[in-house]
Amino acid sequence: MPNLYLWLIPVLPLVGATINGLFGKRFSRQTVSAIALGFCGAAFVMALWIAAQFSSLALPHVEKLAQWIRAGDFQVDFAFYLDQLSLIMLLVVTGVGFLIHIYSVGYIWEEGGFYRFFCYLNLFMFFMLTLVLASNYLLMFVGWEGVGLASYLLVGFWFTKDSAASAGKKAFIVNRIGDFGFLIALFLMIKHFGSVNFAQVFRIVGSMPGETAGAGLLTAIGLLLMVGAAGKSAQIPLYVWLPDAMEGPTPVSALIHAATMVTAGVYMVARSHVVFDRAPQALMVVAIIGTLTALFAATIGVCQTDIKKVLAYSTISQLGYMFMACGVAAYSAGIFHLMTHAFFKGLLFLAAGSVIHSVGGEQDMRKMGGLRHYIPWTFWTMTAATFAISGFPPFAGFFSKDAILWKAFSSPYGSWVYWAIGVFTAFLTSFYMFRLWFLTFFGEYRGEATTDHGAAQLHLANPSGAGTPAPHGHGHGGIHESPTIMLIPLVILALLSVCGGWVGSERFDKFLSPVLHASVTANAQEEAAATPAPEPQEQSGSETLLTGISVLAAASGLFLAWLLYQRRPQLPQEIAHALGSFYETVVHKYYVDEIYAAVFVKPLIDGSTRILWQGFDRDVIDATLDNSAEGAREVSDAMRHMQSGNLRSYAGWIAAGAAVVIAYMVWTGTR
Amino acid sequence: MVPLSYYLVLSGILFACGVTGFLIKRNIITVFMSIELMLNGVNLSFVAFAAQWHALSGQVFVFFVMVVAAAEAAVGLGIIIAVYRTRETLNVDRVNLLKL
Repeated sequence: MPNLYLWLIPVLPLVGATINGLFGKRFSRQTVSAIALGFCGAAFVMALWIAAQFSSLALPHVEKLAQWIRAGDFQVDFAFYLDQLSLIMLLVVTGVGFLIHIYSVGYIWEEGGFYRFFCYLNLFMFFMLTLVLASNYLLMFVGWEGVGLASYLLVGFWFTKDSAASAGKKAFIVNRIGDFGFLIALFLMIKHFGSVNFAQVFRIVGSMPGETAGAGLLTAIGLLLMVGAAGKSAQIPLYVWLPDAMEGPTPVSALIHAATMVTAGVYMVARSHVVFDRAPQALMVVAIIGTLTALFAATIGVCQTDIKKVLAYSTISQLGYMFMACGVAAYSAGIFHLMTHAFFKGLLFLAAGSVIHSVGGEQDMRKMGGLRHYIPWTFWTMTAATFAISGFPPFAGFFSKDAILWKAFSSPYGSWVYWAIGVFTAFLTSFYMFRLWFLTFFGEYRGEATTDHGAAQLHLANPSGAGTPAPHGHGHGGIHESPTIMLIPLVILALLSVCGGWVGSERFDKFLSPVLHASVTANAQEEAAATPAPEPQEQSGSETLLTGISVLAAASGLFLAWLLYQRRPQLPQEIAHALGSFYETVVHKYYVDEIYAAVFVKPLIDGSTRILWQGFDRDVIDATLDNSAEGAREVSDAMRHMQSGNLRSYAGWIAAGAAVVIAYMVWTGTR
Repeated sequence: MVPLSYYLVLSGILFACGVTGFLIKRNIITVFMSIELMLNGVNLSFVAFAAQWHALSGQVFVFFVMVVAAAEAAVGLGIIIAVYRTRETLNVDRVNLLKL
């Protein structure tokens, strides 16, 4: 078996993070970005090198680096696991990650803490690659926690801003709830399987019967893993952290909160498919959570006005699609959507960052408009991404979304309900994405920054600015295209958003089948009993029909957005007025944050304040110490008067003491 | 022969006189003399027991006490003179410089 030095892939970005973290303060910006890009790019090149010789490998390819934990029979190693699934994740993470690194150089150039940003970014890459390459759940958990840490650091990158600091904390704390579920699932595995290695766990689980009749151990593990995935991948009920996480710099939103980290939950569920295959109840919960999240987040996204918030809810909604796919046991469709989503959502965020950059930090879409003339490159790349996410053929999102919707309908675990909600969500997705598109790029410019300086005219008069832009800073007037270094990743991702789906879901499914259908071959009879064989090809007619319906849904979303935001711009307000309180509820995101604040946060804070702090800490612990000290002081104060300095009073005390001793001796003597 | 208890009672009376004098008198000389009185009260009980039990160690103790008392008298009187020179009083209640 060839040694691929898999451990180098995660370690390369770690080296970059260490160098930049320790010495970056003294380096120039050029050096810092060269180091960060160099190590991240090296990881990408290595991933490509591995992909190149992939076909000659015996899969799954496991490389043990070192022993980590050994306690009796229980053993965990620093070992890395390469199969089709981790290869795809590897390429997505390093590829998209590298592009976003390039973009960040331009985006963050003028900001303080340049080296710190790249140190965190490389650190994130290290943990994310550990997560996808780990060969056991415990090492995966290390990466899992590590990306959470990197997310916390990067969301709170502008930590002097209070909202950014608390958004970081919120992300971290909400993720802890999910991690709790993941940990309990790990403990259950250790207790019942005696191992957390993928190979061993899957072998043991593979020999267990499916829990079709009732819930049991596998259902419990599945549900707990889903709790973890819901935290990391922002699903109901733990999605609340992701919109707030938009406080971070936009490349961070693209890398962590769109393309890679938030998809870790999907990866984990797909990785654990052996467990879910045997726990239909858990699978159903996954599907229901995914479907509800997709719909719920999409409706919120419709009413958001902050460009990044729209994208954040869109991300939640698209992650819901992926879980819907996993929940109907169509893991390959979920991973396919994960990949295309990484392309077009990463692009959407980067383009949104470019838009924000161009209008000097404004994020409110109501103050944008007409930008397509000023920032053509951003406009065209964002257009590609918008069509991709809305599911228009032949863009990438069409193929993956279509695969999910078809599976939701046709899979033995599926149902027409999932499909119907999915199609409606696709309509909403198309609507809010084109709403964003029209509001940002069409109509008249509604901001006021440029009219003050007349800088927009300057840029218009000098159209070469789009082709050869000079490096620009943030926060100055004048709409301008972003520097070339930011446009290159946009163009590459736009190409991927267009072409990324052409591989087709069948071929993708076939590529992943050794991983995702391995259990079927392992004990075929049992599986055949539990899950009916895939439907024969006769349904291709209905598949075409369903595809047609979903494309129609996307097109009607586009049409409605055009009607409301381009043709009759006063109409949205009338509709909002007509809907009244329902509209208010959606604008306030169904008051979920408020409900969580009232139900969980406030009781916790009040309980901590009144009972733990004031009740126990202050009134019991502090009071014990304070009162004993006070008592000692008072007793000493009283005793002090014995030390009068008066010789005869000392003599009196001695005499009294002697009298007591004598009395005692007499008393004991006469008894 | 005089019974032992007579000696012991006399010894107790002498000791109690010494204690009382020590406690109530203010003059350092008188206090000093009260200490001698207590020592001699104790000496009396020592010799009384020694005579009763025909044991010499009690007598030997008394000699020790006398020697120590003599030394103490020398040192004590020296201190008293020094106190008088600095404070110009022999009232013990006013010998409280350490407290002030």
